[in-house]
Amino acid sequence: MNLIKLALKNIKYQWLDTMLSVILLAFGLGTVSMLILVEKQTAEQFNKNIKDIDMVLGAKGSPLQLILANVYHVDAPTGNIKVGDARMVTENPTIERAIPLAYGDNFEQWRIVGTDQGYPDHYEMKLSQGQNFQSDYDACIGADVAKVTGLKLGDPFLSTHGLDQSENDEEHAHHHNYTVVGIYEPSGTVIDKLILTPVSTVWHAHEDQEVEKPAEPDTTLTVEKIVIKNNPPTIRKGPLMMLRPAKERVASPNDNKEVTAYLLKKRTPMAQMILPNLIKETNMQLALPAIEINRLSENFGLGMDTIKAIALVIIALSFISIFISLFNALRKRKKEIAIMRTMGATRIKVFCLIQLEGLLLVIIGGALAWGLSRIGLSILSQQLNNNFHYTFNIKDGSLEELYLFGAAILAGMIACWIPAYQAYKMDISKTLSNE
Amino acid sequence: MLQTQSLKYQYPSGKPLVFPDIHFPDEQPALILGESGCGKTTLLHLLAGLRTPTSGNVILGQTNLYSLTTSERDVFRGKNIGVVFQTAHFIPSLSVLENIMMSLYLNGKVQDENKAKDFLNLVNLFHKAFQPIGSLSVGEQQRIAIVRSIIHEPQWIFADEPTSALDNKNTDQVIHLFMEMTKTVNAQLIVVTHDNRWDNVIANKVQL
Repeated sequence: MNLIKLALKNIKYQWLDTMLSVILLAFGLGTVSMLILVEKQTAEQFNKNIKDIDMVLGAKGSPLQLILANVYHVDAPTGNIKVGDARMVTENPTIERAIPLAYGDNFEQWRIVGTDQGYPDHYEMKLSQGQNFQSDYDACIGADVAKVTGLKLGDPFLSTHGLDQSENDEEHAHHHNYTVVGIYEPSGTVIDKLILTPVSTVWHAHEDQEVEKPAEPDTTLTVEKIVIKNNPPTIRKGPLMMLRPAKERVASPNDNKEVTAYLLKKRTPMAQMILPNLIKETNMQLALPAIEINRLSENFGLGMDTIKAIALVIIALSFISIFISLFNALRKRKKEIAIMRTMGATRIKVFCLIQLEGLLLVIIGGALAWGLSRIGLSILSQQLNNNFHYTFNIKDGSLEELYLFGAAILAGMIACWIPAYQAYKMDISKTLSNE
Repeated sequence: MLQTQSLKYQYPSGKPLVFPDIHFPDEQPALILGESGCGKTTLLHLLAGLRTPTSGNVILGQTNLYSLTTSERDVFRGKNIGVVFQTAHFIPSLSVLENIMMSLYLNGKVQDENKAKDFLNLVNLFHKAFQPIGSLSVGEQQRIAIVRSIIHEPQWIFADEPTSALDNKNTDQVIHLFMEMTKTVNAQLIVVTHDNRWDNVIANKVQL
């Protein structure tokens, strides 16, 4: 026999009185703990995928949508832009690197993204098998894609038009035969959930549809063409060049092709000031991931804070409930405590026993809360995975979570301090004599 | 040896209780008799260190009980005194055996389960060792209370009306147990009662 065993037996004996307190505590702590993990892992995912992407160039529309669609691949794209139009930005000296993204097809809901080698290189992707994509219809697949679809090196697969399951029918089938030439190692980035192929593959895959349309007159590069005709292309350097649109560009055969967006890394901070003016009159927009994600986090955070506040109220109620149940239990157990004192239990021992019972209640509530938060996270993760192929890691923990449980233990001990003190100062003789 | 000197106790209301000096020099059992309301239970609580007297001394062996601090008195009581009350009180969350073992634990004695079982055998309740304490009858509970007060081998055992709630058959059993078990552990039994069924058993008496 020892104090812990006795405290556990006492809790078990009066479980009906304390169950409500423990459930309340578990529910409140579990909710806050789950929100902490959701916030932490969401922020980690956001930051990991932003990874030095300063701007995203895409079709006009919601800038947040542009970011979500092209950086995180969780939303529909805002539209397409012409490669030729985009060159005034992508070839601007203020831009260090521009990574094209062209997509609109999927394989079993996994997005097929046409890009160049700069995209996997940007995320420092390593191949676990095979080689990088080089020719049309070569596909390098992310680790999650490989895991879920079971695609292996050398496997062929057919793409389907659209990005969503509802479009995975015969009507939308392309029947373009891709071949898996590489499988990436897991990276924790968005590429784990993508199928990468040369951008030209996407153009070719959509050529069938485009040939039916009359060719659009190329009006956008008229000025350039004149320049090209009269002057050889030159690459101008220096600060003044940054202020000019790239009028002296050499026309490219791909100028009339379309991409969904470009991920841009700027060379100088001036890019943010100059480039929006350059594209003001076009159908393009530049969105800044950091700003859009901050805005999203603020809105998201407002909802999270509200839920957190409710959960904290529940936690506070649970401590009041623990206090009341211990206080009531003490009234019922007065003689039991007095007998313990008669048998030689010191005041401190009795004080410790009541504190220990409170502490164990909080620990039991905390353990349940931990389990509940993981169950909640797992359900959320399942939902997220179904919709966006993103998941939460239920094995993950956080320092904030530790602080939360630490604070709960402290608050629990404060809540049972009064009943413990009452037991401490109990008059044994009066209690046993029913005075 | 148990001795009191000029022991008085004043309740907040009512006249002060003045107790005669008591001197029980050896290990012989002793009886403190008195009618209801004369202060028997108060005296027992004073002797066992459960209530502080208004004045006077209680000397147990070489120790003046009220010269000790509260926590020292708690420890002294735990190690040297066993108390049995009119109504037995237990820790309801524990089994019969655990309630007995609790006495050893609280006194820092070795928690010898075999010893506890031997004592349960002596009171014919070994078969109930693992039952919840609340499942026992009043008579059985009183027998367990006796075991609990004796298991840690104290020098003095105080019993407050230990048989007043029992029928004759149970009373005989309890008296017999008290006499046998206090002999086993060499403890001095002091019984406070108005129950004259003890008269023939204990010769050493004080009338309040």
